[in-house]
Amino acid sequence: MKWLTAERLRLLVPALSLVVLLAAVFYLQPRTMSYTGLNLLFNLAVPIALATIAQMLIMTVNDLDLSMGTFVSFVACVTATFLQTDPLTGALILVGCIAVYAGLGVIIHLRNLPSIVVTLGMSFVWSGLAVLLLPAPGGVAPDWIRWLMTSKPPLVPMAIVASVLIAVIAHFLVMRSAFGVVIRGVGGNERSVARAGWSVVRARAATYALAGFFAVLSGICLVGLTTSADANIALRYTLLSIAGVILGGGEFVGGRVSPIGAVIGALTLTLAASFLSFLKIPPDWQIGAQGAILIIVLALRLILNRRESVEKAK
Amino acid sequence: MNQRPQDVPVIAVDGASKSFGAVRALDGVGFAVRPGECVGLVGHNGAGKSTLVGIINGGLKPDAGAISLDGLDATGHYSIGEARSHGVRCVFQELSLCPNLTVTENTRITHASLKGFGWRRRAEALIRAKLDEIFPGHGIDCRTAISTLTIAERQMVEIATAFSETDSKVKLVILDEPTSSLDASLAGQLLAYVRRFVSGGGAVVLISHILGEILSTADRVVVMKDGKVVGERAAKEFSIEGLVAAMGSVVRARDANRPARDVSGLAPVLEQRAHTRAEAIDFVAYPGEIIGLAGLGGHGQTRTLVSLFMGQGGDWIPRHDSKVAFVAGDRHVDGNLPLWSILKNMTITLLPDLTRAGLVDDRQEGAIGKSWRDRIEIRTENLGNPILSLSGGNQQKVLFARALATRAPVVLMDDPMRGVDIGTKQEVYHMLRVEADKGRTFVWYSTEMDEVCQCDRVYVFREGRIVAELRGQEVTEERVLAASFAEKAA
Amino acid sequence: MNLVVRLLAKPWIWAFVAAFGVWLATILFTGGASTLGLSQAALTFAAFSIIVGLGQMFVITLGPGNVDLSIPATMTLAGTVALKVMDTNNDLIVAGIAATLAIGIAIGIANYGLIKLLRIPPIIATLSSSFIVQSTAIWYNRGIRIKPPAYLAEFSTASTLGIPNVAIVALVISIVAWVLLEKGIYGRWVSAIGQNMRAARLAGVPVDGVRFATYVFCAVLAALCGFLLSCFSGGAALNMGAEYLLTSIAVVIIGGTAVAGGFANVPGIWGASLFLFLVVSMLNTYGASAGVRLLLTGLIIIAVIIAASRKQTV
Repeated sequence: MKWLTAERLRLLVPALSLVVLLAAVFYLQPRTMSYTGLNLLFNLAVPIALATIAQMLIMTVNDLDLSMGTFVSFVACVTATFLQTDPLTGALILVGCIAVYAGLGVIIHLRNLPSIVVTLGMSFVWSGLAVLLLPAPGGVAPDWIRWLMTSKPPLVPMAIVASVLIAVIAHFLVMRSAFGVVIRGVGGNERSVARAGWSVVRARAATYALAGFFAVLSGICLVGLTTSADANIALRYTLLSIAGVILGGGEFVGGRVSPIGAVIGALTLTLAASFLSFLKIPPDWQIGAQGAILIIVLALRLILNRRESVEKAK
Repeated sequence: MNQRPQDVPVIAVDGASKSFGAVRALDGVGFAVRPGECVGLVGHNGAGKSTLVGIINGGLKPDAGAISLDGLDATGHYSIGEARSHGVRCVFQELSLCPNLTVTENTRITHASLKGFGWRRRAEALIRAKLDEIFPGHGIDCRTAISTLTIAERQMVEIATAFSETDSKVKLVILDEPTSSLDASLAGQLLAYVRRFVSGGGAVVLISHILGEILSTADRVVVMKDGKVVGERAAKEFSIEGLVAAMGSVVRARDANRPARDVSGLAPVLEQRAHTRAEAIDFVAYPGEIIGLAGLGGHGQTRTLVSLFMGQGGDWIPRHDSKVAFVAGDRHVDGNLPLWSILKNMTITLLPDLTRAGLVDDRQEGAIGKSWRDRIEIRTENLGNPILSLSGGNQQKVLFARALATRAPVVLMDDPMRGVDIGTKQEVYHMLRVEADKGRTFVWYSTEMDEVCQCDRVYVFREGRIVAELRGQEVTEERVLAASFAEKAA
Repeated sequence: MNLVVRLLAKPWIWAFVAAFGVWLATILFTGGASTLGLSQAALTFAAFSIIVGLGQMFVITLGPGNVDLSIPATMTLAGTVALKVMDTNNDLIVAGIAATLAIGIAIGIANYGLIKLLRIPPIIATLSSSFIVQSTAIWYNRGIRIKPPAYLAEFSTASTLGIPNVAIVALVISIVAWVLLEKGIYGRWVSAIGQNMRAARLAGVPVDGVRFATYVFCAVLAALCGFLLSCFSGGAALNMGAEYLLTSIAVVIIGGTAVAGGFANVPGIWGASLFLFLVVSMLNTYGASAGVRLLLTGLIIIAVIIAASRKQTV
């Protein structure tokens, strides 16, 4: 039992639930057990996974971003308009967005503001900008992202390749790199990180900027899949991204996150929607079932945490 | 100036003074550590040990006095950063590791130079080598998170981190109660390593409540009391009894010990059984007693008080006839409601008594506030002023009034006189005695010896449990000190 | 003079000053033609945000991390169920109100149950329960739009002495909330918990009981608001609560209630609700687009929090 550390246990629940869910989907709809089937099942998971990683970064430093959905929507609108017609301006706007995220991190830290409220205000701002840009659904995805998102690599569908890639890169950045250690340290014990001579403001700004970067990627990928955008295209992402991090074993405070878990969480949420429709659960109950899944996972985790603390006491 | 290098102190403070409000924590202390020596630092609560350590590691700026590093003056610009870059490290009692990170990753947090490709391998090699060196056979996997380690293992990692070096050499390590959570054999390994480190030219300041450790490990022992150094000799010139005597009052201020209270025939108002497996004494309180909880700070006194309070319930339904009231000592954490007025802070516990049909009777509240202001002389014109406009001592009086105004027969006090001026203290002592004579019970955790000596009965805490019970004439400074300090590790 | 000085010291005064300024600007723009209409519309629409805002105010006052995200779902479910129970029948109005209250109480109990039993932050607890509540509403509604009983439809759209009836209801609830907050022991307890939960517990405040009551109170107000809104707009719609998620939080913050908890005030909710509505209608009269309205709302929220944080640090 020695190899079964707390961290691995943390990852085990989301991984197992994904496997069980996938098996159930295969059982219900054997046709999904194919290249195209898998691609269809997981296609929409790529932007959700990217947004989940962004949310996870914010949660690493004990904050929460309630503007994730509106921000991704705004990025989608920029992608479908400026990035397509005038790539340079589009790119500049997106870089500006990342700078705004870094600035938010600085303001939240220096003024000791609750991140929930600041990002709540930002959600109005992003959604206002998105509506200004695209008052009605429209725009066109740039060809290159369209090509990328619909490309068909051999053997494994694009959605799976992309998800694995996202998980690996985020894992390296957050769990393996020297930078990732510092930002997780800020989440775990801010005082001792400061005492060891690190600038916590800089760490927080960098974390927010990186989160902004992943959210921008999420918006771009989303447009690549949908070909056009609208101002409300990704509003669900705020809640989905938080749920994904939690499903993947992340925690709200304490710098305990898992990028691989977060991507698995995003995949699970995407799959859960398909699963519920295959189960012929009436569409009325699909949102509710997602809520129930969230509660069940949290309850499972509570039991595991108890076991962990009991073991420690021994 | 032709001193040999080992005579130049790594760090020296001269005439250092530091006050916190009305309390003079450090009063003209001179202290120096030379390379190749281990200095033992002992003293009871409030003697000034932590303040001195804070000044040495750069965390506190002294109000007066000079600091020099390796013989060069550093007064004025000395800071945590400067201390670190100069090779001064500190192991605190509180956990200073990030619980969510692994042992290796915590090493990276302390050593900024561990970066770039392969940092993880280098960090792991560094910390593992140090752990192996200090605690051979430790069995700690450096890839596990701190939160999954036992308390002893965390302490070991903390110590090894402090002694590990990358770009700058470790010159001085301050160990504040390093063995508090280690068992005897691990403590022995640590102390042996301290001797090796010292004979290699390093310097160590060792603080411990286990006097045997101090005498066996330190070259020199510095005894502090009331913010001053009261004794400084080579360790071999001290005995355990001699140390205890040196920590006590040089002159006995007064001997107002009262005879043991006769509690036979009275029913206890509050009881708590000892939970630990080790031998411990049960807690019992009788009506009209003033019971002292003594011992070194952080040995379980506050935890006991809080559990006595929480044990009475009242999480869901307010209790109109609550048996206990609580007087907080750490005002900012446990006591003050900072946005409120003095009056609202004073009446919060009493509020259910002032309420009719869910509405607070403002007039009655105001009258009670005024009467308590006059009784305990809170110095304010207007009870509507914010609580934080008062001085610390007066804020504490408000917290006293909060508890005393209730009908609760037992008042729990969590070292409430911290940072309170002497005049206020005298007023409160008098008030306690008057209330106790009326039949109220006080359970009083105090870190100050003269307060403990005023109690009818004293429980002495060590390592989370009650190790001694003293009554009446037995309540003396010597007996409390002797019970607070252990001769050797349990 | 003294009165002016004392008024200026009130935390809610700025919301009213701003609301009055915007009202004046709009009136002047239209040459005074719309004075009565604008004022009545402002009172009517503000009334709904006031009712949910009051509940959210008590929750936010409980301290950092406390927020109720299930308000929109609760509104929808209560409106849907109540209208179906009454089934356009004037005789069943009492039953409809009883159903509304029962729904509020049940959701409040469920919310605090999740917070307490699963030991999860309120934000995620109320979020997961809102999924289930929303699903229940969808399932119960089945896309049928039932009209409110004629008497209620009349009541909720009419005015008494020139003041809209819904505003009178909001006023009555506000007075109750004001008494609870300023004169009652409940308000003291809520404020004590928000300032320092541990200190409050050690001062004998029944922390669990008060937090429980607060979440129930908030859910009941949300249910009541949903009931009124569906009567006012001639039937329940599934997305009718959506805009109140952010609005309920925004009016609390703009109204001068402390974001970090411990201090609340009722008049500010009125000022802020009127202000938010009037800004929207002013921008409408000036011909500004929806995007500009959202953008300005967001910037105002952020400006208010930053200004408030400066006050705290001085």
